[in-house]
Amino acid sequence: MSRPEQIAPPEVFYNDTESYKYTSSTRVQHIQAKMTLRALELLNLDKDAPHFLLDLGCGSGLSGEILTEEGYNWIGMDISANMLATALDREVDGDLFLSDLGNGVPFRAGTFDAAISISAIQWLCNADTANVDPKKRLLTFFNTLYSSLRRGGKFVAQFYPMNDSQTESILGAAKIAGFGGGLIIDDPESKRHKKYYLVLTAGMSERNINLEGAEMDAPEIKKKINKKLRRKLETSKEFVNRKKETMRRRGKNVANDSKFSARKRRPRF
Amino acid sequence: MKFLTTNFVKCPIKGCQSSLDAFPLKYEECQLAQEEQEYNPEFLCHMLERLDWNAILKVAHDLGNDSLPPTKPEDLDPIMEDDQAILKDLHTLLLETQVVDGKMVCKNCQHIYYIKNSIPNFLLPPHLC
Repeated sequence: MSRPEQIAPPEVFYNDTESYKYTSSTRVQHIQAKMTLRALELLNLDKDAPHFLLDLGCGSGLSGEILTEEGYNWIGMDISANMLATALDREVDGDLFLSDLGNGVPFRAGTFDAAISISAIQWLCNADTANVDPKKRLLTFFNTLYSSLRRGGKFVAQFYPMNDSQTESILGAAKIAGFGGGLIIDDPESKRHKKYYLVLTAGMSERNINLEGAEMDAPEIKKKINKKLRRKLETSKEFVNRKKETMRRRGKNVANDSKFSARKRRPRF
Repeated sequence: MKFLTTNFVKCPIKGCQSSLDAFPLKYEECQLAQEEQEYNPEFLCHMLERLDWNAILKVAHDLGNDSLPPTKPEDLDPIMEDDQAILKDLHTLLLETQVVDGKMVCKNCQHIYYIKNSIPNFLLPPHLC
């Protein structure tokens, strides 16, 4: 499956036909609804109190409809005019903004109780014209988002990273902006149903994020450190053997192993 | 765009971030419309504490409404009968009043943002990104 980010910039990709296709597909609707509900579950907002939410990359308002159903007031932002036109046709309840997330969130400090974003922020990792720097855009986005959230405000974003470095750059930018939090991966075993949720908090909050059922990914992190450490700690003999093994795997002609392999030569030699 | 939103929108241009003039934006040549919304007193009270009343007065003045009280109504209770009248008025003003068409001007950098079909356009030209 090709990735839409690689085809065209979002405002070009989601044209009339594409936004119609996207919005009318029951499969997309179903997936979007499921992800929105999961994001709300992670946000863990107090059900009885009213909340003011920001929906980043709201598109045609598929996620916004769920927010309205759940009783939240919201404002949606998207870069595609066609998607927003579809949202207008569907008469969603929230206010809509035509805006580029990479240019920042145009709201004053402390506006929102929480923010969600469904399948949007991976678009920020792409440079669509020569004069943009994805890193800078991510930073601007997270910085302005941080300030537009109330202290203790939370942000949950589902996104489709293309590779680990995208995830890292997103997490890094969020950290620099002052957010705390991390990544939650749903269905990590399944390649198709695997979903990435970025879960961030701006400052301390009385109500924590709902992490029920989440497992710490500690072993993997440990493994990573181990690999680096192992390289540092290995003896020269181990080093030579490892290199020989790699070369053998590549089909190169490698001398046979013997008790003399990687031995130090006597000084008299 | 709801009237309530005007109390939160500011100019996204970098140079205006630290300027006091970037908020609220100045509203010009606006067309308004009334659209019925569900009455939710709890939400109103929740939002009331974070409203900037001076900004509300300024924007209301831009839009041709000078009849608002000069101070923010406070200590409203969503259940109390006495407060219902004020809350209903606030509801009509903040949530049911929509800006359908018009211009928003940043008082600091004079950049004009257009509102069309009640969607404000905050896309920036490349030299301002």
